[in-house]
Amino acid sequence: MNKLKTDVLVIGGGAAGMACALSAAREGVRVTLLEREARIGGVLNQCIHNGFGLQFYQQELTGPEFASRLMEEMQVENVTVISESYVRDINVRTKTASVLSPKGAYEIQAKALVVSTGARERPFGSLLIPGDRPSGIMPAGVAQRYVNLENYLPSKRAIVLGSGDIGLIMARRLTLEGVEVVAVLERMPFPGGLTRNIVQCLDDFDIPLYLSTTVTGVRGNGRLESVEISRVDENFVPIAGSQKTIAVDALILSAGLLPQVEEFDEDLEIDAVNRGFVVSNTCESSVEGVFAAGNNVAVFDLVDYVAAEGWIAGRHAALFSLGKNTSGDRVPVFRGQNVGVLVPGIVDMEEHLRLYIRLRKPMERGTVVLRELAMEKKFTFGVPSEMIQMVVNKEKLLPLMDSGRLTVEVL
Amino acid sequence: MEGHITCVICPVGCKIAVRKEGIEYIIEGNRCKRGEEYARNELVMPRRILTTSVKVANGHLPLVSVKTSRPVDKAIIREKMNDIKKLVMEAPVYIGDIVLEDFDGEGTPLLATRSVEKADV
Repeated sequence: MNKLKTDVLVIGGGAAGMACALSAAREGVRVTLLEREARIGGVLNQCIHNGFGLQFYQQELTGPEFASRLMEEMQVENVTVISESYVRDINVRTKTASVLSPKGAYEIQAKALVVSTGARERPFGSLLIPGDRPSGIMPAGVAQRYVNLENYLPSKRAIVLGSGDIGLIMARRLTLEGVEVVAVLERMPFPGGLTRNIVQCLDDFDIPLYLSTTVTGVRGNGRLESVEISRVDENFVPIAGSQKTIAVDALILSAGLLPQVEEFDEDLEIDAVNRGFVVSNTCESSVEGVFAAGNNVAVFDLVDYVAAEGWIAGRHAALFSLGKNTSGDRVPVFRGQNVGVLVPGIVDMEEHLRLYIRLRKPMERGTVVLRELAMEKKFTFGVPSEMIQMVVNKEKLLPLMDSGRLTVEVL
Repeated sequence: MEGHITCVICPVGCKIAVRKEGIEYIIEGNRCKRGEEYARNELVMPRRILTTSVKVANGHLPLVSVKTSRPVDKAIIREKMNDIKKLVMEAPVYIGDIVLEDFDGEGTPLLATRSVEKADV
């Protein structure tokens, strides 16, 4: 058993964890980063398309380039990476973790913890689609890993269920590699992904998008042979008589991401809408000295947001480990009308407030209102798939001291 | 002629209004200069950055991810994918390495977007 003492222990080496480790190290503390895979980078390694980094690096990068930038910057800092590691047990109050890796077992004592475990794809089993259970049904991220990292093409003729960005990106990617992508299906009456991805992934390759349509059956003996698709009404109930059978050997699922909170959900408070950890704008969770950042807080649109949050978490975790109290007065944040995903859950007066807001429905025009601050932001063409970001300087947060709360609503 | 174009240059995805007055294209609603160039290209010759992967021999991974250094004519992308499939790089490959000197006949190189080390033997 190796005994290891560190100031900040970061769990998960994706975009949030890397940015966090880097910013913590720059505060001059010892940082240990745990990564499940052989190499850090997380999902960025397989996201070979471009469109990353415009906010964080003011430069357009591909996923691997974004990860490489962070890795390079980390190399000159005091960060210990333990790869292929697995947290067997963790105590968030004493901040001790027992960790397994091929290099041996570690007992790690930290002064501050950061949980940056990202998100997982919603699995096929949770969709309750009747029929056979053949091979050939996989989440889009798994298909992406096969195609972009492992040089394995999992299909000749595929259909994509769900129009989230990963599904759209994979529809294009599979098409470029010679797979016939029959269609992308979306059960909602509007697309799940960014408009730009509808344009450059589907329109560019003449891939049809069927809205208010879903898969109502899968057939195949051993390997997927066909899917049955149906149109759905406004309550997502399949419309009788609208079924069609489509021959495909792969069903690619882009049914959304779920924040990965297991192992911590008994200790740290979870937000019922975000389905991730409740954090303040200092990225501190409901337990003192335990921070969380990235897609385990809420599923963000952009890796730039994830890295920015990781950066803040790293700084505050480092300061906490040094015994510098960085938190001030706090007030809770409440959702008003039309607000779905909302980060953070708590405003700490010692840090600027970065709000991330997801609409509940598409709105041609609207106004985000921060009620107790008497601040607003107007927008046009708002859709649930595109988060609205608002930043409020901490100097302007003072009215919250009187109100004792902040209400975010969209009118 | 009048319509909207969604800019794909960055995730902001500006909804750009375009119309033709005489021989002039009037472009409005873009939040940066690149949007104007994008909208103009969309009307004349649509261009995209291609990102894909190329085989690597003796590397720690079987593939290296690549991109065109700038947007290329959208119309040639699918045909050029067949040429890319035939390429094999010898490890090590470093991020920024030129994988193909001239992808599109206009001098646009294909660049590695990650490093692939030599595999441990």
